[in-house]
Amino acid sequence: MADPMTPEPFRIERVSRELADTFTLDLVPVGDKRDFDFQPGQFNMLYHFGVGEVPISISGDAGTKGRVTHTVRAVGTVTESMADLKKGDMVGVRGPFGSTWPMELAEGHDVVIVTGGIGLAPLRPAIYHVLANRGKYGRVAILYGARTPSDILYREELEAWSARLDVSVEATVDTAGTDWTGNVGVVTKLLPRGNFDGRDAVALVCGPEVMMRFTVHALNDQGVTNDCIFVSMERNMKCAVGFCGHCQFGSRFVCKDGPVFRFDQIEDIFRVKGI
Amino acid sequence: MAKCGSAKDAVVIGTDGLDALIKLLAKDGYDVIGPRVESGAVVLEPVDGVDDLPAGWADEQDGGHYRLTKIDSPAIFEHVVGPHTWKRYLSPPAQTILRARKRGKGFSVEEVVDAPKYALLGVRACDLKAISLQDRVFDNGDFVDKGYFARRNKAFVIAVNCTRAAGTCFCVSMNSGPEASCGFDLGLTEILTKTKHVFLLAAGSERGRKAIAELKKKKQVKAAAAADRAAAAKAVDAAAKSMKRKMRKDAARLLAANREHPRWEEVATRCLSCANCTMVCPTCFCSTVEDVTDLKGKTAERVRRWDSCFTHDFSYIHGGTVRRLRSSRYRHWITHKLSTWHDQFQTQGCVGCGRCITWCPVGIDITEEVRELGKRRT
Ligand SMILES: Cc1cc2nc3c(=O)[nH]c(=O)nc-3n(C[C@H](O)[C@H](O)[C@H](O)COP(=O)(O)OP(=O)(O)OC[C@H]3O[C@@H](n4cnc5c(N)ncnc54)[C@H](O)[C@@H]3O)c2cc1C
Ligand code: SF4
Ligand code: SF4
Ligand code: FES
Repeated sequence: MADPMTPEPFRIERVSRELADTFTLDLVPVGDKRDFDFQPGQFNMLYHFGVGEVPISISGDAGTKGRVTHTVRAVGTVTESMADLKKGDMVGVRGPFGSTWPMELAEGHDVVIVTGGIGLAPLRPAIYHVLANRGKYGRVAILYGARTPSDILYREELEAWSARLDVSVEATVDTAGTDWTGNVGVVTKLLPRGNFDGRDAVALVCGPEVMMRFTVHALNDQGVTNDCIFVSMERNMKCAVGFCGHCQFGSRFVCKDGPVFRFDQIEDIFRVKGI
Repeated sequence: MAKCGSAKDAVVIGTDGLDALIKLLAKDGYDVIGPRVESGAVVLEPVDGVDDLPAGWADEQDGGHYRLTKIDSPAIFEHVVGPHTWKRYLSPPAQTILRARKRGKGFSVEEVVDAPKYALLGVRACDLKAISLQDRVFDNGDFVDKGYFARRNKAFVIAVNCTRAAGTCFCVSMNSGPEASCGFDLGLTEILTKTKHVFLLAAGSERGRKAIAELKKKKQVKAAAAADRAAAAKAVDAAAKSMKRKMRKDAARLLAANREHPRWEEVATRCLSCANCTMVCPTCFCSTVEDVTDLKGKTAERVRRWDSCFTHDFSYIHGGTVRRLRSSRYRHWITHKLSTWHDQFQTQGCVGCGRCITWCPVGIDITEEVRELGKRRT
C-alpha cells in the first residue's frame, strides 16, 4: 500500500451498467503504481473529487494484476455522484484494507456461499478464487437472493457458473412476475437443498444484517458450526485505518479487524441490538 | 508507575523563574499554550508570560456544575482541569489533511501536515496519561497518524502536579494522578506557604534538563531544600486524599457483562445526547471528514473534524442508524471508555479527569452509572 491516508488517482477503464442503480468500475492505476494486490474480501476507500469518500469492496479477480474492479450501488451522496463517472475519468483509491475471506482455510472442504443483493460483489473475488483453484475445494454451492429478477446482480456470470458441472448455483427472489420460473422466497430456504455437507463446509456470508442473522441459524440447522461461518460486516467508515472510531462494532474496528469475521468470534455482540 | 522525573534532582524557581521559562520557550520557537481565564472558565490558550496564568482563581466543580471563584491567594495552579484538553493542539478540532487539484480529466492529491511547535504548560497527571493513551490510538500497530506524531514529537510538555482536587476528579482510582510521574519534559509542583511562593521543578527529559540549565544561566534557579520536597509531596498527597469520587475496579468486566440492563433505558431518560462528554474528554479520539471544493471546483480539501458517537450520523449506514436509540449511544460511549478500549488498545480509556461529569448539562456521572450497573437487579 502506498500511503494509507492519501488517495492515489486511478483511471476508469470501463463502466458497466449492472442494474438500474448499480454499476461496475474497472480502474487502472496512473503514475508509478502499476500493480494492485489484494485478497478476496478486502475493500478500498473510493474518493470522488471534492464530493467524498466511501468504502467499497473489491469485486474483481485477485488474479488480474494492474486492475481493480468495484461494483457500486447508488444509494446516497457519494455513490450517486459516482454513477455519473465515465470512462477516462479519475477516482482516488486508498487501500486495500481489511480482513479476507478464509480461502486457504476452506481448502479441502465444501464451500457454501450465501449472499443477497449487492452482497454478491464482495464475494465475487472469493468465487473467482475457488473456480481458479477448483481442485483444492470440495463441493461448491452458491446461494443467492435478490428482491426481484431484475435485481439479480452479475446474472450472466451466475448463469455461466450454474452451467458448470462442478458448481451448484441457486438463486431466489422475494417477488416475481409470471415470467420467472425460478425460486421465490428468502435465501435461507435454499440451504436445505444446497449441495454441500454441513459438517464439512466453510460458509461465506454477506448481505444485510437481518439476512445474515437468519442465514447463520439456517446454516447451524445444516450442521455448520459457528467457527466455520464467516460474515462480512458493514459499518459507517471515515478513515479505514482505525483512527475515526466510526466503524466500531463492540470492541472491533470493522475497517481493521473486519470486515470479514469468523462468526463465533463476534457471536456475543452480533445478537445485541444497536451495538 | 516508573518515576521519570526524579524529585531528587529537582530545583526551585519563583514566579519570575516561571515567567522566564515561558519566554525562553517562546524564544526557542515554541507556541506556549497554558491555562488562562476566559469567559468564566480556565481554558488552554496561548500565554505570553506568567501574568496570563490564572493566579488567584479556583474552580468549583460538581456534576453539571463549574464555577470559578476568586480566592485570596497568589496560587497559580489552584484551579484543576477545565473544559479544554490538550487534544485541541495535538489532534485539533478541525484540520485540513488533504489537498487535491484538478488536472485535465484527472487530479492530484497531496497530504497536508500542519505541525506547529507547541509547549504545553500545565499538563495535569490525568491529561498526561490521556496523551499517552491517544499516542496508542494514533499508532495502532497497523497505521500511524503522521500529523498527530509530527505535533506530538515536537511538543514540549510541562506537567503540573495537582495540589488540589476538584469535586469531580477520580484519577486516584484510575491510577492516573494526581502526581505526574512520567512522560514530561519538565514537572512543576507549586509550593505556597505563609512565607514563600515557589515551584519545585524537575526535569523528565534531556530537553527539560537543558531548559533548567538555561534558567540557571539567568540566575532563576535555586537548589531545592528537603523541606521544599516535603512540602510538595505533602500537597500532592493531600489532593489525593481529598478526592471524593472513585471508579469501581471491576468496571471493564461489569460493562462487558451488562450490554442488556435496565439502567441503559434509565440513563437515556436523562441524557440529552448533546455530545459534551465526548468533546471535553481528553481521550475521545473520534473524527469525521468533510470533502469540500472551492467555488470553481478546481481544488478540493479534506477537513478532519472531531466527531462524537452521540450523533445519529455517526453510525448511519444505508437503511438506518445503527445506534438509533439514545440508550445504545450512551451504552456505547461508557462501554468504550471503560471496557472495549482495553480490548482495542490493551490499556484504559478513561483517566478519571471528571470533565464529562462537570460538563454534562444534566450531571450524569460516569462513576455513578457504573456503580448502579453493579448493583443487584431487583
Ligand atoms: C466494508 C464495506 C464494504 C462495502 N462494499 C460495498 C460495495 O461493494 N458496493 C456498494 O455499493 N456498497 C458497499 N458498501 C456500502 C457503501 O460504503 C455505502 O453505500 C456508501 O458509503 C454510501 O455512501 P453515500 O455517500 O453514497 O450515501 P449517504 O447515505 O449519503 O451517506 C451518508 C453517510 O453514511 C455512510 N454510509 C451510508 N451507507 C453506508 C453503508 N451501507 N455502509 C457504510 N457506510 C455507509 C456514508 O459513508 C456516509 O458517511 C460497503 C460498505 C462497507 C463498510
Ligand atoms: S470519560 Fe470522563 S473522566 Fe474519563 S477521561 Fe473522559 S472526560 Fe475524563
Ligand atoms: S466514547 Fe465515543 S467519541 Fe469517545 S472515543 Fe469512544 S466512540 Fe469515540
Ligand atoms: S473506519 Fe475509521 S476507525 Fe474504522
